[in-house]
Amino acid sequence: MNILLVGNPNVGKSLVFSRLTGAKVIASNYPGTTVEFTEGVMNFFGIKGKIIDSPGIYSLSPTNKAEEVAVKLLEKADVLVNVIDATNLERNLRLTLELIKSVKKPLLIVLNMWDETRHKGIAIDKEELEKILGLPVVTTCALSGEGIKDLALSISKAKNSGFKFNLPIWTEIGNLIEKVQKLSHKRHTLWDFFEELSIRPPFSFFVAVALVFFSFVLIRFIGEGLINHLFNPLFDYAYTPLVMKLNALLAPGSFLQTVLIGQLVDGNIDYSASFGLLTTGLYVPLGAVLPYIISFYFVLGFMEDWGYLPRLAILGDRFFHKIGLHGYAIVPMVLGLGCNVPGALANRLFQERREKFIAATLLAIAVPCMAQTAMIINLLGRFGGQYVLGVFFIIFCLWVVLGKIMNFFVKGQSPEILIEIPPYRRPHLLNVLKKLWYRISWFFKEALPLVLLGILIVNILYFFRVIDALAFVFSPVITKLWGLPKEMIGALLIGFLRKDIAVGMLRPLDLSLHQIIVGVTILAVYFPCMATFVVLAKELGLKDMIKSIIIMIFTAVSIGALLNFGLKILGI
Amino acid sequence: MLSLDKLTRGRQAKVISIDKGSNCCQKLENLGLCPGSLVKKISQESSRGPVVVKVGSTQIALGHGMASKITVELL
Repeated sequence: MNILLVGNPNVGKSLVFSRLTGAKVIASNYPGTTVEFTEGVMNFFGIKGKIIDSPGIYSLSPTNKAEEVAVKLLEKADVLVNVIDATNLERNLRLTLELIKSVKKPLLIVLNMWDETRHKGIAIDKEELEKILGLPVVTTCALSGEGIKDLALSISKAKNSGFKFNLPIWTEIGNLIEKVQKLSHKRHTLWDFFEELSIRPPFSFFVAVALVFFSFVLIRFIGEGLINHLFNPLFDYAYTPLVMKLNALLAPGSFLQTVLIGQLVDGNIDYSASFGLLTTGLYVPLGAVLPYIISFYFVLGFMEDWGYLPRLAILGDRFFHKIGLHGYAIVPMVLGLGCNVPGALANRLFQERREKFIAATLLAIAVPCMAQTAMIINLLGRFGGQYVLGVFFIIFCLWVVLGKIMNFFVKGQSPEILIEIPPYRRPHLLNVLKKLWYRISWFFKEALPLVLLGILIVNILYFFRVIDALAFVFSPVITKLWGLPKEMIGALLIGFLRKDIAVGMLRPLDLSLHQIIVGVTILAVYFPCMATFVVLAKELGLKDMIKSIIIMIFTAVSIGALLNFGLKILGI
Repeated sequence: MLSLDKLTRGRQAKVISIDKGSNCCQKLENLGLCPGSLVKKISQESSRGPVVVKVGSTQIALGHGMASKITVELL
């Protein structure tokens, strides 16, 4: 039996889903968190079934790809569980009535966020709603888990509604609301005050600047703190002695020693330069990248759950229009700063091919993921923070310029912003930590094997001198135009697998500051990693993907040359 | 009668007509914004920026161009 969770965006479907199935899905406080469907098996107090979580829809006529996914799912569902935001009954009922009229499948109504109705002075007569619609209604608070058992037990009671209506849908809803809902006046809280302030200019601007700045400082503070006080000591005192013992057992210079340990620097392991599987191979993902993954997603988790992202979208809307997008493009971009893959998937929130193309190309070129960022900080930070900021400033400028160019040349028009702004909600530490855990475990599952594979390939390529041969072919561009050593080709190759190792590969090359800046910038913009590439190709289609690739390569070659000559003039 | 972008912050009004394509009207209607509905202006991000209104208990942000095509009547 297929049980489909269906409802408006941002009503808590994913949270209900993970409560019922225990599956790892990200739930946040902004519309469009879920852009694809997830299946899970419910086994709840002996009640079994297959549950499907779907992207939110407002009606049965989809307006973007995420919504198309949800509407298609309706066909194969046996039972529909209509999750409703109880604090917003009126708008949510629109979909409910459409489901009753057009889908005609057994239906169960779930009034989620039930606890919040009390705070907001909303009183809903649940029994009356049951009677009018002729459907079972359960109340839940998915965040705390209240009512979830009741929901699971009630799935078998789902039935076809006998409710008939002929008036225009909103008139019908108006009549219904009058019978089942009573509003009482509620006091304005401090939250309400802040809520208004954060979307009213000019305060909204200062709030945004302060929050974004504070977030970056916090991410850096937590990331560096974890590295200096946890991960580095762990590596130095607990792990290094073990590896040195293993090293003593292996013949120096043998294939195994090269692959596992790599080059020793003055007889010691240099985690950034040795490039063995057990040295750099573990240090890059665990010692350098993981701390920043933890800090980024911890801070992002709060932002997501609190509900600030849509407000940032409003503020940035006019700016985004200049690059052919609308404000909600902030969502794929911010997600992309963590990892480009969910960023690329979030492109489904766009409707037009033009927007998708521009957003995807900008994401792939000028939104470095956190793994890459962490390695740039690791590599460049020792020269001073201003250079790290400098590189990100260059990438940001590139993002703007490229966006403007594409906005000018790509045919068509971009639609305007139209989003629902969720109310602020107090982030629950448990949900934030849960999401953080999901994302870390995905990093372990998806990224760690690729990093190790990458390091293995690097070693094999070097061992069999493949890099030398390739370096010879590409050296004109790399040495003449970019002013980098021809061994850079190794990093460019591996960058397709994982950007973080590619940046790490610059370390043993003994580059000058000038070359490192040029090198990391090229690695950031030239091409997305394989995982992102696959998702982008699927979302964009072959034709647009090829166009996008041409832009990527052209941008990388020119920005490399421009920086090489520009920095020389500046004397860096 | 005035367009939604011209409405003063904090004022309530009734939507009279929406002069946009059917696709756009559908999306607005999904959120409860259609001829006959009551809206309250919450804020506007600069003179040509998005307009934030409250329809029922839903706050929605819509592009300036869209807002200028929505005619409302003051209550």
